[in-house]
Amino acid sequence: MTVAFKERQGQQMALTVGIVVLIVVLSLLPMARLLQEVVLPGGRFSLDIIRSGLVDNTTWVATWNTVYVGLGGTLLALVLGVAVALLVSLSDVRQRQAFVLCFVTPLMIAPQVTALAWLQVFGPSSPMLDLLGMAPPLGTPNPLYSPEGIVLLLGIQYAPLVFLIVRAGLRKLPRELVEAAQSSGASWFRVLRTVILPLMTPSIVGAAALTFVSCVGNFGIPAFLGIPANYLVLPTLIYQRLAGGGPAVLSEVAFLSVLIGIIAMVGILLQDRIAKRRDFRITSTSLPAAPYRLGRWRIPVEIGMWLLIAFILVLPLIGLILTSLVRGYGVTLSADTATLENYRFVILEHAAAKRAFVNSLYLSATAAIFAVFVAIPLAYAIAWGKHRWVKALNLAIELPYALPGVVLAIASLLLFLKPMPITGIHIYNTVWIILYAYLARFLVLAVRPTITGYFQLDRALEEAAQVAGAGLFTRMRTIIFPLIAPAAIAGGLLIFMTALSELTVSALLWSSGSETIGVIIFSFEQGGDSKYAAAVSAIMVATTFLLMLLASLFANRLPDGVLPWRD
Amino acid sequence: MAGLSIHNVTKSFGGTNALDDVSIDVADGEFLAVLGPSGCGKTTLLRLIAGFEEVTGGRVSIGGSVVSSTELNVPPERRRVGIVFQNYALWPHMSVAENIGYALKVARVGRAEREARVKGALALVNMEQYADRRPANLSGGQRQRVALARCLVAEPSLVLFDEPLANLDVHLRASMEDEFADFHKRTGTTILYITHDQAEAMALADRIAVMDHGRLMQLATPRELYHEPANEMVASFISQGMVLPADVLTDEKKGECKVKVLGQELVVRCRKGETPRRNARICCRASQIEAVTGKGEGFAGTITRAVYRGGAARVEFEPDGAPNTGLHFDQLDPVTFEAGGRARLRLTSGWLIPAAGVA
Repeated sequence: MTVAFKERQGQQMALTVGIVVLIVVLSLLPMARLLQEVVLPGGRFSLDIIRSGLVDNTTWVATWNTVYVGLGGTLLALVLGVAVALLVSLSDVRQRQAFVLCFVTPLMIAPQVTALAWLQVFGPSSPMLDLLGMAPPLGTPNPLYSPEGIVLLLGIQYAPLVFLIVRAGLRKLPRELVEAAQSSGASWFRVLRTVILPLMTPSIVGAAALTFVSCVGNFGIPAFLGIPANYLVLPTLIYQRLAGGGPAVLSEVAFLSVLIGIIAMVGILLQDRIAKRRDFRITSTSLPAAPYRLGRWRIPVEIGMWLLIAFILVLPLIGLILTSLVRGYGVTLSADTATLENYRFVILEHAAAKRAFVNSLYLSATAAIFAVFVAIPLAYAIAWGKHRWVKALNLAIELPYALPGVVLAIASLLLFLKPMPITGIHIYNTVWIILYAYLARFLVLAVRPTITGYFQLDRALEEAAQVAGAGLFTRMRTIIFPLIAPAAIAGGLLIFMTALSELTVSALLWSSGSETIGVIIFSFEQGGDSKYAAAVSAIMVATTFLLMLLASLFANRLPDGVLPWRD
Repeated sequence: MAGLSIHNVTKSFGGTNALDDVSIDVADGEFLAVLGPSGCGKTTLLRLIAGFEEVTGGRVSIGGSVVSSTELNVPPERRRVGIVFQNYALWPHMSVAENIGYALKVARVGRAEREARVKGALALVNMEQYADRRPANLSGGQRQRVALARCLVAEPSLVLFDEPLANLDVHLRASMEDEFADFHKRTGTTILYITHDQAEAMALADRIAVMDHGRLMQLATPRELYHEPANEMVASFISQGMVLPADVLTDEKKGECKVKVLGQELVVRCRKGETPRRNARICCRASQIEAVTGKGEGFAGTITRAVYRGGAARVEFEPDGAPNTGLHFDQLDPVTFEAGGRARLRLTSGWLIPAAGVA
């Protein structure tokens, strides 16, 4: 008996050790390496790097710009997201499901694709304005090449994020609280102002913090809209420095990425402070409140909502598709001049583009599959583990994703610039360093839904297997895996979609031969080949739609809220 | 011998004791119910025996070998204990037969033997025709039978029932009770049955362990619990017994002694060796109260409530001298008592609750 006993203990031990190693390699090690570079360069304590970073004027300009577009984008996203969440959750507008799907879709599309699509709508070369005869003369600057343009796109990109969080909060609002206020004589607007919005404070503040972090860390939008106007934020400043100076400037950009990390952290801490100031806990659960009847305002409100969709989704996508069909810069698009040549070129002819499709496919599929298999035991330890270090564990997995992508990218560069100790394997300038960064950054996207899945699963199912004599690994294989797999796979799919046209990380880590789709779109656009960039982007948008459809097919087997676009 | 021995077991969660120095011995083949209000520690006790929790102090032995102590904790999968869960815990992704055969598969029992034993277990619970169904397509009672078959198939030395009837409706409960009793008679398995339902515990168990606030209050047969509660908690918990202050007047003689309660002198049953004392407590039942006509021996008071329940009324009464002592009894038809009315009652018998610490 003692041998078998030890063997079972061994399985528990193996799981624990495996998880700790994973966390160290994917989260703690890169973060520690980054901090070391800034504070302990070469192993000696020194503040030189911080000092030289602080006296550099461009640092301050970029920091100010980052905060400016971060706050602006957050504000716009908040206004849009909260308003839509209130309308969808509390009023009697129709076609909710379809509307939510359309409203959330921008979140699924990569920021640089959004940016590219919007650029095609305005500006002198816009085929759409050209068709309407409204195009400004060639040579005039695109109005989106400005801080305000960046704020607008950041707001549209992340309004769905705010919407999802606030909507989740509103779903938990018990109708008694609303009805109690109404029966005290309060009008609907008063109820909204005095009961609903105050109770939603944690959701709204939480959404604001998350949006702020996302805006500050966004690379795609300021890269497409800011670089041409020479308006730099920290992520684009890092990109430019690194593109110009190579590994020599690594410590300098390490400081900048720590700076972004600090700005993001301030946002998160501020949220924590506000959320703890008052008691917002909702104790009871019950049915949602009866929807507010809009009456004669219903039709105008519905029209307004769909106009919003037309503006944020349909218009840019049409712009994108039209651009992907033009023959060349300035050529007026018509039924005669439209061509599929651009698609043929990027799929069949352009060597780097062809490589990029293969690379991105492999990278995101590998990251997704790895994450699914790791997320199941990892979330098991987090959701059902008894140990106290589990909370810290969760935090450590969240960190690489919570911090802006450039932070992890720079950390990975520092970590793998030299060959790895002992093995001597050198993954710098290969596709493997991108894979490492993807694994570290996106793992949490699979872990989160899996944890939700565990919480919705009756623990007795595992205990029943345990008393039946099944050891940990047997239980994992025969009971836990089949039951939790749908949630983990949905998470894997989110990773696949996110990683497929990811740019922030790969823009800093790519090398010739390891291009990703995001990088290819970016370099086409930078080289003035908008039509090719648009063609690749259009393919990516279509792929995204297909994947969303695919995931929706098995939606009824998933825990609630795993697929963000399902209402 | 495959009994269960719980020896001075203590379990604390962050400073508070969920179980406090509990000792219970379950004989081989015995059906023992653990009864108590929610939060009394009965579920913790079950999880300790199954091995899901570790003891803070004391030890648990199954079949004579220690499975839980402060030094050792045999993992649940090595204890050969069966559990019937409150919510059945059937694996939704397996058929009924796969659910039942799981333990055998884990133990690498050959296919032919496995199928035979699954068939046997299904027959034992009259579910042969459902072997290929999914749990989702079964009714509550059927699910509970499958859960029973699943825990039997591995021939455990001990079966733990965790409130197995709590999720079933009243009619089904009665018939499942019969099935459990029948099952125990046929297999002779040692059973520990957790419940908060006294009627269920009384109907099924050889002995009942009453628990409260993590402590064992009394371990006795159903009859003894009812007639001779060891303390006030058991007295008032079992069948809503009434606990009344009394003074013991005489020494025990042939299991009886004389007490003075509510001004009335009364002969009650008691333990051996009771001697006169003040501030004692007696337990009496609704059936031991009757109305007195005229000025006979007894005590006067006010009827506070009378609720007609068909055939009889439940009458609540407050004696004059002791305003916080509520009594209740049943008056058969024709019901004459009404709230606010005056009445004179007397006790016919009772049980002298032993002094604290003489458990």
